[in-house]
Amino acid sequence: MMAETENDNGKRVDEPTGTDFVGHEWDGIEELDTPLPRWWLIIFYATVIWGLGYTVFYPAWPLINSATQGVLGYSSRGALAEEMAAVEAQRAPLREAIANIAIEDLPTDQQLMQTAIQGGRSAFVVHCVQCHGSGAAGSEGYPNLNDDDWLWDGDMEAIEYTLIHGIRNPDHIETRISQMPAFGADGIFDDGQISDVVSYVRTLSGAEDESAASARGAELYTANCAICHGENGQGDRTQGAPNLRDSIWLYGADRASITDTVANSRYGVMPRWGHRLDPVTIRMLTAYVWSLGGGEAAPAAAETEEVAEVETDEPG
Amino acid sequence: MNLVDSIAPEGPPKPELYEKRKGVYPKAVDGNFRRLKWAIMVVTLGIYYITPWIRWDRGPYAPDQAVLVDLAGRRFYMFGIEIWPHEFYYVAGLLIMAGIGLFLVTSSFGRAWCGYACPQTVWTDLFQHVERWVDGDRNAQIRLEKEPWTAKKMAKRGTKWTIWLLIAMATGGAWIFYFADAPTLFGQLFAGEAPFVAYATIGVLTFTTFTLGGFMREQVCIYMCPWPRIQTAMMDEKSLTVTYKDWRGEPRSHGIKRAEENPGVFGDCIDCNQCVAVCPTGIDIREGPQIGCITCALCIDACDKVMDQVGRPRGLIDYATLEGAEIEQAGGTPPTLKRTVFRPRALLYFALWAGIGMAMLFAVGTRDRLTINAIQERNPTFVQLSDGDVRNSFDIKIRNMENRPRTMTLTLQGLPGGVMWAGSGSRDQALRAFDITVPADQLLSTRVFVAAPREGDPREDFGFSVTAPGGEEDETALEPARFTRPGAE
Ligand code: SF4
Ligand code: SF4
Repeated sequence: MMAETENDNGKRVDEPTGTDFVGHEWDGIEELDTPLPRWWLIIFYATVIWGLGYTVFYPAWPLINSATQGVLGYSSRGALAEEMAAVEAQRAPLREAIANIAIEDLPTDQQLMQTAIQGGRSAFVVHCVQCHGSGAAGSEGYPNLNDDDWLWDGDMEAIEYTLIHGIRNPDHIETRISQMPAFGADGIFDDGQISDVVSYVRTLSGAEDESAASARGAELYTANCAICHGENGQGDRTQGAPNLRDSIWLYGADRASITDTVANSRYGVMPRWGHRLDPVTIRMLTAYVWSLGGGEAAPAAAETEEVAEVETDEPG
Repeated sequence: MNLVDSIAPEGPPKPELYEKRKGVYPKAVDGNFRRLKWAIMVVTLGIYYITPWIRWDRGPYAPDQAVLVDLAGRRFYMFGIEIWPHEFYYVAGLLIMAGIGLFLVTSSFGRAWCGYACPQTVWTDLFQHVERWVDGDRNAQIRLEKEPWTAKKMAKRGTKWTIWLLIAMATGGAWIFYFADAPTLFGQLFAGEAPFVAYATIGVLTFTTFTLGGFMREQVCIYMCPWPRIQTAMMDEKSLTVTYKDWRGEPRSHGIKRAEENPGVFGDCIDCNQCVAVCPTGIDIREGPQIGCITCALCIDACDKVMDQVGRPRGLIDYATLEGAEIEQAGGTPPTLKRTVFRPRALLYFALWAGIGMAMLFAVGTRDRLTINAIQERNPTFVQLSDGDVRNSFDIKIRNMENRPRTMTLTLQGLPGGVMWAGSGSRDQALRAFDITVPADQLLSTRVFVAAPREGDPREDFGFSVTAPGGEEDETALEPARFTRPGAE
């Protein structure tokens, strides 16, 4: 139990410390009316002054439509703009180098290439994912950019050209253009002929065995399709005609899909980015798409260790 | 002679909201505990100031400072041990050891940390020595404090504060050497070329050392520090603490003469107030255990001397446990120091503490210096290739934690018919294994494409291995991975 006495004012006093009791008790422990140290008060005032000073120097007090500006003229928006300008300035030499290098040489400069790929990745997320998907895997009718199949060539130069001019872009003269006839809708083939051609085309990629129908289709193919898709169905990249012998089908490999394509003709349109994006961004996009795994005409393979991006700085 | 009057409140206390700090002018004292305190001060300050200057040869690819926190390179070097960020659990382990160590010490020796090893105590003690050297001992200090601001006082204050400031600056100055190569930084510091953060750190630590060690002193222990409040929960009736044996000392005789004239009436305490005069936190231990007591035992040294002079046995103020005190008060013999310290609770704490330490040492000794991680690209998980094969891609990270560059071989394990090539290469360079050079002490991150025939399980387990030529034996790290084919949903 606590030793206590009473003082002159009739208050209960804790004997060892000589301090008044406040009167609050909890679980046998009583609160003493111990004065706060004076430095505590001084620090309290100092923080109040600091706080007031802060509102003078920095934007703080809300007004009806704005807030006080603070005598230092600081704003977080301004700070951000400054930071962005600094980053821009820092990047400027790299961007310039990317603009000036011959596009096919870009992969040989590891630092530039990594920068371009990273910049391309962010530009891709903004402009390209709507059609090609966030991982560039495409979907039916929208090419998968990760694979090794290209309708219009897969080297850096070709990819850049596609990006700048688009594909079948209606308002642009230099756009990549080609069109497959709608063999059914335009009455070139009847339904039986279409079926025969489909059978033949499917034998090319090994999806179907040869048959009487495919033999009939082969003749029709040679007469009508080989001019674009090639004698053996190997396609023609100069006019974006798909390779029919490989395992990749933009609109599906089953009979129904191919029948639909032959009867009605299908082709995609890609916007041209040349008038929307600056040349460096387009080059960065090129580098990113090229790096996804299908990039062609790569210069002699760089050493593996140069490829890798070292994430840590040299210690010390 | 009642020196306490100058600091003790007079008359009934009138409640005040705020209270000015009462000056504490601890008197110089000599004795066993004082000498222990000296020794600990020399050792702790020595460790603090000297450690960053110890060199440790780690070869050309790593810093040669024995203890270094390399924030930019994200490494922590401690003699032969190098900690990477992902190994930070070793530091967590050290913190746990420190926690259990605190339980161990506190449950046995009470607030020994506070009295001897706490930086606040050590620097305050150092500052008090400076104060004594400049102003003189307790009486001279009190006299000087009351004097008006004469030239002499100003000169003394100026000298004292200058020395304090120099010590404070050296304190902050030593701290930054743990974060950069000490000799280099030392040169930069005086040439004005050190990074801003170095000067800022010195500035902040100088300010805090100067104010906390010079002026706040016991206020830090009593009002700011959380330990005293936590430590009470770690102590029990078998923990040592500084105790005034009131059953032996009371009633006080107010002077040896009175005691001699009235044999058998008074206790051993002659009320000389030496114990109060030497106390660095300015408390009277005779009032019982209190939060202000940091158990530095200087009052024991002071009282023992008085007991020697008046021909009484030492230990009127002594280290005692609550239990021991009760036994002694009842006329028995308290347990020996050995029995007190080596009790089951303490031994259990020690076993735990040592166990964690041994486990960590073992883990450090056997840990890998080469690791590999492979993360599969999941957007898309697989890609159909023109020739019918399927391709997956993986982001591979290889950590070479040795202080030399190593050319390693990355190999595909399992996955029949599978080949791989680096992200910048092309499929015509595809192989089952290829070499890769990882710079000394670095993490290398690279993309690897893996292609395999279309036929096979929708999900097929395989692995990557990386083998680095080592000293006695090649070091190999394995990473399991999974190959995904169309049809795996
Ligand atoms: S130093 Fe010892 S004898 Fe003197 S007042 Fe303190 S307890 Fe009593
Ligand atoms: S009472 Fe004694 S042990 Fe406690 S702080 Fe003061 S001198 Fe140190």
